[in-house]
Amino acid sequence: MTATLFLVQVLNGLQLGVLLFLIAAGLTLVFGVMDFINLAHGVQYMLGAYLAVAFYGLVGNFLFALILALLASLGFGLLLEFLVFRHLYERDHLDQVIATFGIILFLNHAVRMIWGAAPLNLPMPEALTGTVLLAPGQLYPVWRLVIITAGIGVAGGLYVLVTHTRIGMLVRAGATNARMVSALGVNIKQLFMIVFGFGTMLAGFAGVMIAPIISVEPGMGTNILILAFVVIVIGGIGSIRGAFVAALLIGLVDTLGRSFSIDVLHLVMAPSPARTVGPAAASILIYVLMAIVLYLRPAGLFPARGR
Amino acid sequence: MAEPVLRIKGLRKSFGSLVVTDDVSLDVVPGEMLAVIGPNGAGKTTLINQISGLLPPDAGTIMFDGADVTALPPQARALRGLARSFQITSILPRFSVLENVALAVQARMGSSLRFFGRAAGEAKLNQPAMAALEQTGIADRAHVPAGELSHGEKRALELAIALAMQPALLLLDEPMAGIGREETDRQIELLLRLKGKLTMVLVEHDMSAVFALADRISVLIRGRVLRTGLPADVRADPQVVTAYLGEQME
Amino acid sequence: MAGAAAIAVGEAGSLRRPRGIALPAVIFAVFALLPAFAALTAQHYLVDTGTRIVVFAVAAVALDLLVGYGGLISFGQAAFIGLGAYAVGILSASGIGDALISLPVAIAVSILFAWITGIVCIRTKGVYFIMITLAFGQMVYFLATSLAPYGGDNGLTIDARNTIAGWQVLKNDTAFYYFALLCLLASYLLCRALIVSRFGRVLRGVKENATRMATIGFTVQRFQLIAYVIAGGIGGVSGFLLANSTEFVAPAYMAWQQSGELIVMVILGGVGTLDGAIFGSAVYLLAEEWLSGMTENWQVIFGPFLVLVVLFARGGLIGLSTRLWHRFSHG
Repeated sequence: MTATLFLVQVLNGLQLGVLLFLIAAGLTLVFGVMDFINLAHGVQYMLGAYLAVAFYGLVGNFLFALILALLASLGFGLLLEFLVFRHLYERDHLDQVIATFGIILFLNHAVRMIWGAAPLNLPMPEALTGTVLLAPGQLYPVWRLVIITAGIGVAGGLYVLVTHTRIGMLVRAGATNARMVSALGVNIKQLFMIVFGFGTMLAGFAGVMIAPIISVEPGMGTNILILAFVVIVIGGIGSIRGAFVAALLIGLVDTLGRSFSIDVLHLVMAPSPARTVGPAAASILIYVLMAIVLYLRPAGLFPARGR
Repeated sequence: MAEPVLRIKGLRKSFGSLVVTDDVSLDVVPGEMLAVIGPNGAGKTTLINQISGLLPPDAGTIMFDGADVTALPPQARALRGLARSFQITSILPRFSVLENVALAVQARMGSSLRFFGRAAGEAKLNQPAMAALEQTGIADRAHVPAGELSHGEKRALELAIALAMQPALLLLDEPMAGIGREETDRQIELLLRLKGKLTMVLVEHDMSAVFALADRISVLIRGRVLRTGLPADVRADPQVVTAYLGEQME
Repeated sequence: MAGAAAIAVGEAGSLRRPRGIALPAVIFAVFALLPAFAALTAQHYLVDTGTRIVVFAVAAVALDLLVGYGGLISFGQAAFIGLGAYAVGILSASGIGDALISLPVAIAVSILFAWITGIVCIRTKGVYFIMITLAFGQMVYFLATSLAPYGGDNGLTIDARNTIAGWQVLKNDTAFYYFALLCLLASYLLCRALIVSRFGRVLRGVKENATRMATIGFTVQRFQLIAYVIAGGIGGVSGFLLANSTEFVAPAYMAWQQSGELIVMVILGGVGTLDGAIFGSAVYLLAEEWLSGMTENWQVIFGPFLVLVVLFARGGLIGLSTRLWHRFSHG
């Protein structure tokens, strides 16, 4: 393992982290403010990717496809909120889990019916298809750097929004004590809708941004959803800061773990078992990390509701 | 002076920059009823929560029956004989009144790792439970789901649960809160009967109840103990009157 | 009228306890008669379907104990099915194929895993608990995928079903069905006994008001951990049955989606009724078979159905049918 290889994996880890943050931010806010477990958040991400592919087919331009996909994502998210979610805010977590699980089933297969099961592809903008020279002999895809930049930009924007605007203050207050905010006369329904819509758009945005590099297929939201939940649990529910820290941490641990697990295991076991145990060990690493964090801090690293 | 049942020394608790318990020290001697009074926000319930173990103090010690319980979890303190009632009624609404109390009896008997046999039918648990219900006057409601009781009856249930624990110390967090005059009188009557036999700490706003029941009174203002003494002395203390009683006596 | 109701409540204590024996008696009678019906109508596949339902019902009943009576929403129950199944598979691959060994081993492994992971899980609440149970389930899943000698991702075929004390009784599908049904009955009766016992009453009380229970003198976490371990052990039995019925073990048995399906089965039937878990398993698996026969994308129909059940059928199908029954008998 060389220094440049390490750098590449760190960048990949940051890219995954940033992606996770985009998804986790909406998830943690919805959970923190509305106390609503939304398993269907992963399909919002998937939908973002599919919508971008569909719109690209119509307009032939990535930027327009992105904007249209975001708007459609938002619209669809608000529709779901109106039809299903808002009736579940008062219900217990179990009901929310089942209902959103049902939505996952529905959307995963609806997508398959509409677009087929074969993986689809979204071409990235012409100007950004190239690579960049990181170090002598090491090229790195521009698009991944774009994702990292966009993600950090969004994180920065969110931070400003949440700490320096009135809406942001309401969201933070809501995450700490929603009932109190409502009792203070704030239109909580509107606040919920805004939080939900925003979270949906973030997830959709993540889906669009990642679509050029991975294959867009049904069920792509599943694995990333679990990781996103791990992120918000480690970060602390309701905390954007926690989500950011945890997302980068998980992104790095997962990527570096996957790249180097086989090498590390080589030190203690023969090449053949190392190659099969390696990926599994890397996957397990994330969960071990979560278990350790929760053992020491049962409410995550930066819980919005305090201890 | 008899060895105090409860001895609190230098208790301190802050939430961020807000100091809620400010160097509180109190003694409660066996058989006495100590009332803790003070305006809203004085930190009375926070104090009770620290004594019962639901809230860990930032500093200070809590000695109960001669032992240091500061680091013990609430269930350990309960098993040593520290019982409490809650300001906002805390019962098991879907269980019957009898089962609510029978559970307290069961906890005391310490043998809950029994996986067979119908607990609800055990006379060994139900008899002491009924006795506690009779003491608090709601025995006739024994088989009603606790959630269906009136507010005053729920207060009585809280007391029955505490009594079933055969406590060495009973912490009462505003037992008269939100109940009518008649029920308040009944509660006072009941507590008067328990006086002397049971050591109690009473947190209350209802001054008539406090002066009828208390052997000594501690006045808590903004987390600090302003004055602890006999009711007559506390009543007459000009500082106390200005800070709190003045408004109350109107 | 009030008196009768009072006695009923007094006897039942917490109103969430399963009442009466009519419903379970009917359910088990139907299950018991299924093979005869299948033989009469020459539809042998019914026994296969029935076996599948019974096997998952075992895990679902244990999950209802946790969720419905303990208030612990575990998203990792499938892990125990997997552990039990792999115990059978690994032992079989090593030449040990008798139930007298593999069943206790399946249970022991599940209990051990439940104990160790439970110590971590029980410290958490709410969604943290859901996530940590899911995490441990995923860990076991990935561990199974890395077991190259036992098939890894593709799984492992078992040569033959377990023998019982050397006898090949389980080879016959109908015999195996009755064996599984017996396991279900045992698990069900065990859970029912637990619920009304001293232990169960504490568990239910903790679900209702944990703070109150702590201030009475109960170490809340101890009771939750024990419930978690018991549910895990029964899950292991389900895994033992699954491996034997399909003669196959695969990591998919412990995927989080499987845990999700178990939760659905419990909710569908009616959480906190025990009978509901069995009923829900039957409905879910039958729907899956029936609908998937109609269309490959049956989940497009089933998904919204689940949402509707949650929104409008509180208490699941048992709750719904109880309300309808009352409506018709009093209407």
